[in-house]
Amino acid sequence: MKIVVAIKQTPDSAAKVVADGGQVAWGDAPLEMNPWDEFAVEAALLQADAQEAEVTAISVGGESAKEALKTALAMGAQQAILISDPALANADSQAIAKVLAAAIRKIGEVDLAFFGRQAIDGDMGVTGAMTARVLGWPMLGLVAAVQALSTDSIRVECSFEEGRQVVDCKLPAVVSVSKDISEPRYPSFMGIRKASRAVIPTWSLGDLGLAAPASVVVWPQVANPPARQVTTEMVSGGTAKEIAENLVDKILAEKVL
Amino acid sequence: MSAKILVFIDQFKGAALPAAWEALGAGQMLAGLLGGGEVAALVIGTGAQAVASQAFGYGVESVYYSEDPSLADYRPEPYGALLVKLARELAPQVLLLPTSVRGRELAAQAAIDLETGVLADVTELAVENGKLVATRPVYSGKVLAKTICQATPQVITTRGRAFARPAFDSSRSGAPVSLAAVLEEGQIAARVVGYTQSEGGVSLADAAVIVSGGRGLANNPAAAPGGLDEKQAEIWRAQQGFTLLGELAGVLGGAVGASRAAVDAGYISYDHQVGQTGKLVSPDLYIACGISGAIQHQAGMRSSKVIVAINKDGEAPIFKLARFGVVGDVYAILPALIEAFKQRLGKA
Amino acid sequence: MDFTLTEEHRLAQQMVREFAEREIAPIIQDCDRQQRMADFVLPRLGELGILGICLPIRYGGQGLDYLALGLACEELEAVDTSLRVVLSVHVGLNSLGLLQWGTEEQKQRLLKPQAEGKKIACFGLTESGAGSDVAAIQSTARRVGDGYLLNGEKMWISLATRADHCLWVARTDPQAADPHDGLSAFLVELDRPGVSRGDLHHKLGVRAGSTGWIACQDVLIPEANRIGLEGEGFKIAMSCLDNGRYTVAAGATGLIRACLEASVKYAHERKAFGREIGKLQLVQQKIALMVQSYDAARLFYLRAGWMKNEGLRNTRETSLAKWFATDASFEAASQAVQIHGAYGYSDEYPVERYLRNSKGAVIYEGTSEIHMLMQAGYALGLRQDAALRCELPAYDPKTWQE
Repeated sequence: MKIVVAIKQTPDSAAKVVADGGQVAWGDAPLEMNPWDEFAVEAALLQADAQEAEVTAISVGGESAKEALKTALAMGAQQAILISDPALANADSQAIAKVLAAAIRKIGEVDLAFFGRQAIDGDMGVTGAMTARVLGWPMLGLVAAVQALSTDSIRVECSFEEGRQVVDCKLPAVVSVSKDISEPRYPSFMGIRKASRAVIPTWSLGDLGLAAPASVVVWPQVANPPARQVTTEMVSGGTAKEIAENLVDKILAEKVL
Repeated sequence: MSAKILVFIDQFKGAALPAAWEALGAGQMLAGLLGGGEVAALVIGTGAQAVASQAFGYGVESVYYSEDPSLADYRPEPYGALLVKLARELAPQVLLLPTSVRGRELAAQAAIDLETGVLADVTELAVENGKLVATRPVYSGKVLAKTICQATPQVITTRGRAFARPAFDSSRSGAPVSLAAVLEEGQIAARVVGYTQSEGGVSLADAAVIVSGGRGLANNPAAAPGGLDEKQAEIWRAQQGFTLLGELAGVLGGAVGASRAAVDAGYISYDHQVGQTGKLVSPDLYIACGISGAIQHQAGMRSSKVIVAINKDGEAPIFKLARFGVVGDVYAILPALIEAFKQRLGKA
Repeated sequence: MDFTLTEEHRLAQQMVREFAEREIAPIIQDCDRQQRMADFVLPRLGELGILGICLPIRYGGQGLDYLALGLACEELEAVDTSLRVVLSVHVGLNSLGLLQWGTEEQKQRLLKPQAEGKKIACFGLTESGAGSDVAAIQSTARRVGDGYLLNGEKMWISLATRADHCLWVARTDPQAADPHDGLSAFLVELDRPGVSRGDLHHKLGVRAGSTGWIACQDVLIPEANRIGLEGEGFKIAMSCLDNGRYTVAAGATGLIRACLEASVKYAHERKAFGREIGKLQLVQQKIALMVQSYDAARLFYLRAGWMKNEGLRNTRETSLAKWFATDASFEAASQAVQIHGAYGYSDEYPVERYLRNSKGAVIYEGTSEIHMLMQAGYALGLRQDAALRCELPAYDPKTWQE
């Protein structure tokens, strides 16, 4: 069985990100694997462990994205591939989806493709579903648990606002995972040794036999959110009862109840 | 037939998601900004017909629905195929969906089929220089981006509680149009086998009031019952705290949230997590109890209208965000707060 | 001269940092207040392979090098000293001692389960009457049949009540002309009859750790558990200390970093006299000195680690690293408390814990005074390192990783 997991490198989630001169800037905050994608890698590895399958991590990005791919290798993925091309610099989700679909086809005979639920930079959360559609594969979104996996089908629990749906699906399929799937494992030291020695191939659009897909979504302007004008009022009182009553008065005065 | 705006009304078993009506409100506003034109709505699945009839009361001109057996339970492919077929027929300029789980997936699928792009989780819509500009929070809300989709239809999902739902007038009515499914059962690879773990209660994304707890809830003076090890006792103590928060939420008609630290410590399930890796919420009132207010948590709740913080650490970052703060023991303040609200809201 | 760490080092350091920040940082204040080590810590360190990080795979370890051990120590102590102390005694003092002096049979039987985290290891040298004066050790090991009978009590032993194995140094030859030559080293399984142990509390620092005493009353151990030859005990203990001290140096570097990071954070948050205190020059001075200490301490321990990798004798360089880093961490912690003002004096912030923790390191594994004398000895030609019968093996990725 062949499993692919698509990951993205994003600025560290704790980074101070600001709009500066029309660009988004995060100073010297490190880049890391998109936190949601760690769950996708974990989900892929869990299924690979159970099925003795091979996991290939893929990422569309610049040379630095190899570090995120190395983390995936260190966690236990067998292979990693970087897809990089200057023409993809400002690619939107649907363009990326087409590129990922082409890469998955090039890898060949892939049974499952895992995605994180969204990337913490763009926060679009549509790339997985778009890639599924380009491939013509079914999409299983926000999967909280994999109940069963065989060579030709998978049974999962998909999360919705109302609760979870149990779905049986024929393979191949695209799966995006939620945090419930499992706590991502740390890279093992053995994995770290292998990852540090790994040579990660880079595929260009030419290698995929793909012309640069046009992007239709543009970001003409970025701005910092308006500074929250909050005057904090500390509420006190002699007893808990007094404090509570003062607080209730003030909350009711804000007319939010 | 044609329409200027097509809105997907996300619903489950005959109840539309509140965010779906808000998307409709956004659609009506947009129709006005774009020089008029019809707003059409699509409802799919079990209970769709009832929701479709309801939609007229919100001022929609044409409503389409399907309760075809193959669409009884949600699956992206058949729902998406129907949405795309209708979109091709009506050729709207904008396709609007709420940013629900289904909404996002369908937006993604439709965009590929319709060869266009998605602007997801939008908080503002405007027309500037004849172009539709959508404002989206990005980088977990640290930056606001104005975005444009240059292809048509522009597929947009609206963030919950960012747009006003239209006024409901029961005197407005109409006849919804029933549609046949596009895909046959044999063409669909997924099969819904059942449902588990229904959430119940108020959903965080829709809640107008959220009472949230953090790691500080473990500082419960009550003694845990015997026979528990340290970790279990700590969890017990914190869970007692969450029960107390649930009581306050009940009095206020709200939902219970939690910080990542509380979820990671095992005090409450991930469904309640508010924050960068949890849910983004924007209630009218957010009461944070025993939450320090780390950046990741702030990212999830900072757009709440009024934030109240209760924490025994006066230096906790949450106080910088709060409109009202109480430096004190959550376990002393909460019971008194519950009593005081009960009295004032006439629920004693 | 290539100062870059390899990808392997970077990933290993990151992994240990993530573990310490995610799993230990949230609970450490509670553990420190309660003066106990959380039960999951040792099994978890074992599970993650950290307890065998720089040991060869064929001895149950993870096959990384001595630099990786140092980096791991820096990350662990940046969260709390008690975590690094585990590596100091389990890896530094005990396991690397076995690696250096043990027979193949001993390495397979005793070292392997330690590296795998199945057995926890500690180091029994210090006694209530013998700290700096190692030759004053009074514990005895009397030859009986084909074994030894151990008697004596060790004090201030980290992991005393949690460990399974103890590298125990005792006097086999009370008649030796030079008391240094009368000592031998043994690996004692702590579940043998006659072993008793207990915890010591109310220490100034490292309260989230586990410190105690171990007593042997007529504990019989087989000759196969003697490490090295009779009379080599002092030399073995000293080379164990070379490795323990290295971990202390690396850890203290992490402590300086923790003080620096806390101080920088607070300097941005706290306002006085109309601005962030980070804009006030005397606060800037303290921070600058912490930066200087951190960079210097880091270079010191990395050099020592590099020398271990190369198979070069490094007693002098490791002693220098430990002495410098521990003194500097005590100063850095003191200044970090000062920067925090009254808040630094309370345990709401971690800096008071850093200060209390830092004081231990200038005492154990060679007091600063001992190291001062060692360095003077080297400089004045009064002290020289003679070749040892067994040296710490140089790091070789091939033999470590097959």
